[in-house]
Amino acid sequence: MENKIPTPLVLVAEVTHRCPLHCVYCSNPLELTGRNGELSAEAWIDICQQAAAMGVLQADFTGGEPLARADLARLIRGAREAGLYASLITSGVPLDEGRLAELVAAGLDHLQLSFQGAREESAREFSGTRTHAQKRRVAEWAKRHRLALTLNFVIHRQNLDELEEMLALTDQIGPQRVEFAHVQYYGWAFQNRARLLPTREQVDRSVDTLTRAGERMRGRTRVEYVVPDYYAKYPKACMGGWGRKVMLVKPDGDVLPCHAANVLPGMAFENVRRRSLREIWENSDAFGRFRGGDWMQEPCRSCDRRTQDFGGCRCQALLLAQDAASTDPVCSLAPRRQLVDTILAEVNGVGRAGEASSWAYRPNPR
Amino acid sequence: MNPEIDKRPRLGPGCRLNDKSQPERMLLMPERALRLNGPSLAIIERCDGQHSVRQIISELQTLYPKANPQKVESDILDYLKRLEEQRALEFE
Repeated sequence: MENKIPTPLVLVAEVTHRCPLHCVYCSNPLELTGRNGELSAEAWIDICQQAAAMGVLQADFTGGEPLARADLARLIRGAREAGLYASLITSGVPLDEGRLAELVAAGLDHLQLSFQGAREESAREFSGTRTHAQKRRVAEWAKRHRLALTLNFVIHRQNLDELEEMLALTDQIGPQRVEFAHVQYYGWAFQNRARLLPTREQVDRSVDTLTRAGERMRGRTRVEYVVPDYYAKYPKACMGGWGRKVMLVKPDGDVLPCHAANVLPGMAFENVRRRSLREIWENSDAFGRFRGGDWMQEPCRSCDRRTQDFGGCRCQALLLAQDAASTDPVCSLAPRRQLVDTILAEVNGVGRAGEASSWAYRPNPR
Repeated sequence: MNPEIDKRPRLGPGCRLNDKSQPERMLLMPERALRLNGPSLAIIERCDGQHSVRQIISELQTLYPKANPQKVESDILDYLKRLEEQRALEFE
């Protein structure tokens, strides 16, 4: 595999961990940063300029809930002035039409609005808040302001049976894109996995339904979906490969190759307060650790797919097999695939696992 | 169906060209970007809600006098149709 340092394409700007929602599958780490630890607006604008100079095309503003920052419009203007494509990934909860107009005026290119279900009651159960009606209003405002809109439905065992209703809602709203993202099991979702992991029958049915929906909506709405990789034959190319396309900056300025990398032991992440983004991308130990193929074990090392899926996800290898450099156990070729099969057998067996347990809700840091 | 020849295409919501100062010209879209070569850039630059499809074809035929004019026309119609399917274009 080539050992040249690749050009990053995407800056994931996790501008805050504060959030009015408490989703049981939140992709944030279990240890959340509070308001006092957050980078300033000036620091974020500088990060956008550094990223653009490195070749990055797009900035995804996410959190937590990025709208929890009163200075978000300044950050978006900074990204646009640096030449980046600015997306906002939001629950849409602390938003009114005036504020949306302000973000559009600052140069916001695209809004990705998350949905926790197709109904108020289920959305409330998974997010611990009442937000559904508000999201429908936000979608209307986005259309009125000619803002590109993606709907993002997070799907899992407890809401997969609402899939047709989610598609009907998508038809009513008519966004440019819709994503159906099966929960991936890290952080809070890993804690709640027993109640979230779908059955095989549900997964097969959902893939079927979504394939048909994609054909039906062609030319109106692009339908994209992410399968739960526990059921896949081969692992996902996590983040498009470690340190190949994406860099993620945490609210406090730590720079990571992915959302979950801070679970990896013995890995020190560098901070934009002390080193430039370029130095961190090109020379830091964390970004170099799993870049290219030298770190791989068998069967990855000699596998034809190693340049397609890069051995899968390092965090998942750690979480499931306790070895971050091993083949992602979801791979059908992985020596530890048995670990995943055991989990699936529990989910698909009679008297499903975890039905009686309770949710671990994500708290809101101060 | 091909785009109607007298309609005026313009870039859809969330679709725009990157800055001229960048080394490569791209059409930026939600969650993706298309790299543009000479002719595709010339087409996209004319999708401004002012030029009709007919005008775009005729201007590209002038820009590329050595190319077969029928081929230029059918390539442009295909390209515009593909972009419309991706919601990168709207026709007025």
